[in-house]
Amino acid sequence: MEYFLQQTINGVTLGAIYGLVAIGYTMVYGIIGMINFAHGEIYMIGAFISIITFCLLALFGITSVPLALLIVLVSAVVFTSVYGWTVERLAYRPLRGSFRLAPLISAIGMSIFLQNYVQIVQGARVKPLQPVVTGGIALVQSGHFTVTLSYIQILIVVLTVALMAAFSLLIARTPLGRAQRACEQDLTMAALLGIDVDRTISQTFVMGAALAAVAGVMVSLYYGVVDFYIGFQAGLKAFAAAVLGGIGSLPGAMLGGLLIGLVEAYWSAYFTLEYKDIATFSILILVLIFRPTGLLGRPEVEKV
Amino acid sequence: MATAARQSRTVAALKESGTAALVAFALAFPLIGFQTVEMSGGLTVRTRFDWVAIGVAIVFIGRLALALWPQEWKWRQRREPRHVAGGARADAARNVARFAAFAGVSFAIVLPFLPFADRYIVDLATTVLIYVMLGWGLNIVVGLAGLLDLGYVAFYAVGAYSFALLARNFDLNFWECLPLAGVFAATFGVLLGFPVLRLRGDYLAIVTLGFGEMIRIILINWGSFTGGPNGLTSIPRPSFFGLPFAREAEAGGPIPFHEFFGLDYSPLHRLIFLYFIILALALITNAFTLRIRRLPVGRAWEALREDEIASRALGINPTNTKLTAFAIGAMFGGFAGSFFATRQGFISPESFTFLESALILAIVVLGGMGSQVGVVIAATLLVVLPEFGRQFAEFRMVLFGAAMIAIMVWRPHGLLARREPTIRLDGRRRRAQAGPA
Repeated sequence: MEYFLQQTINGVTLGAIYGLVAIGYTMVYGIIGMINFAHGEIYMIGAFISIITFCLLALFGITSVPLALLIVLVSAVVFTSVYGWTVERLAYRPLRGSFRLAPLISAIGMSIFLQNYVQIVQGARVKPLQPVVTGGIALVQSGHFTVTLSYIQILIVVLTVALMAAFSLLIARTPLGRAQRACEQDLTMAALLGIDVDRTISQTFVMGAALAAVAGVMVSLYYGVVDFYIGFQAGLKAFAAAVLGGIGSLPGAMLGGLLIGLVEAYWSAYFTLEYKDIATFSILILVLIFRPTGLLGRPEVEKV
Repeated sequence: MATAARQSRTVAALKESGTAALVAFALAFPLIGFQTVEMSGGLTVRTRFDWVAIGVAIVFIGRLALALWPQEWKWRQRREPRHVAGGARADAARNVARFAAFAGVSFAIVLPFLPFADRYIVDLATTVLIYVMLGWGLNIVVGLAGLLDLGYVAFYAVGAYSFALLARNFDLNFWECLPLAGVFAATFGVLLGFPVLRLRGDYLAIVTLGFGEMIRIILINWGSFTGGPNGLTSIPRPSFFGLPFAREAEAGGPIPFHEFFGLDYSPLHRLIFLYFIILALALITNAFTLRIRRLPVGRAWEALREDEIASRALGINPTNTKLTAFAIGAMFGGFAGSFFATRQGFISPESFTFLESALILAIVVLGGMGSQVGVVIAATLLVVLPEFGRQFAEFRMVLFGAAMIAIMVWRPHGLLARREPTIRLDGRRRRAQAGPA
């Protein structure tokens, strides 16, 4: 039981990270109906910027943990957003209105480019980061097994919940959110009603990148290691999460992320660690067979 | 008047280039400007602001050049009328295509006997042909049926491993294994396709991508069966109708190829033989594709690609039709895979990564989807170009990714995009135009 509780805590933490990345997929898919293939790399870049910023802060002698976290979050979000904007500008905007596969191919190209670019400029070795947030609370103690809830896990979950709340408000209340929802329904009609569609799509990419950057910061804090290859795996899983929750739905992305995180934690704990990715993909395939719209998605009616 | 217009254009171009340079600075500053270096006391950073300055300067100049490029030269491509391929022009184009195909095949047949064809050239040509074959196989799925398959390499892997395992465990030879490998790959195609082919295109893409990863993970982890990350070695080489390509005959075995024909021994013989096997396999794939395009099932593929709802209304069963395309594409992938295994003599999961799938897909899309000649050109480009770039080996993949974006932006429909309707109903009946496009 204690073991199960510990795995649940780990799974929820992992799920929060996947959920944040999944929101980026779901928003972009909702608005232009395409998978942003380079989103996983954006998350990886966020993690790298966070590591670099931590190192710089250490050089400047800033030791206050909350201040350091704040600076790292801001710098990762700002610089990663520029990457998100550039991806849209170079790989998507010139191909708008082209046939359906074209932007997907250019996005795959972008993903290959970014991955190898980071490998060249930062080196292929795994980058270790010294633990920044340490310690935790011992929840339950029975025999030799202690269930711990570490501060970093609390930080991740709290930050994710806060961001989710802020995003839901942003989508539901602000003019920007309204424009996004309009574009999601009908790009042409939204343009006719005076919404700057190009700009809205750019903003969507930037928002997705900002969330992915936060996820990148958290993963570098949580695992303490980052390399140029983490984006591919995480991207696949986050996409699976987005589909599982119902693509286009924000709460769905979060729910899907949580479920994928939990499945991964339980599977690694009770079955074999090697096959945990297979478990995730199998769930994705099963969901698509039995409920193609995902858990919270709206059924899509294709019309002539 | 004209000078004023030009001046304002220059100002606008400068402004745009300035913005681009600013963005480039924001991109380069954190990731290029600071490099994390491992030291004894943990990570530390090294600064490289000179690189940032160079990068920003390149972006500024490049953007400026692009903006000041004479307007008349820009997008000439786009203005060309696409759909008014008049009868005479289309016929001429078809004749050119037919001649090019004929010349290409003749060249491929005589290539190993040309004076400059050494070991390296024949080997490289074999690699090109493997990718041509994979491209043609995937073209059935992506180009004809319009299904985006990002895990094609899984079928390639299934073919390679089934040949290797059959040959090692049951002592079957290459020719016995080849059809079996195709059948296995096709079975995998059906197994995967059956549940997922009802999905929309983008979902299919991601599920096939996941499937490719799953196959790779299984290959790595099921060590007792697949050899794990070390792969499988000592896969038998093909023989020439029972004659092995060896310097000396094995005790009690058949006499080697060169003695039978009274030639001097040369390791090139085997390479040339392998080259002709893959050439034959690739040509079979091509002939098969060209024929099946004119059969009802081929027509149904193209109909589904163009409009699924209309096809369904006309009584085409979308799932079954897509399934055949998926299975046939997988089968050719399996053939190519077993050829790959016998040629290398060694296979490991390393050869079947997502990058390989992306490369094959890039070949199909770059060639212009559905175009058979386009695949040949694209495969040659993508395999031979990196050979020239060996000295920038480090930058190869970066350039590859950038080239994919650039080509998509420049020619979204591929290098040879001439997707003509298979049948025209414009008064006079045309002969079906499924020639080598």
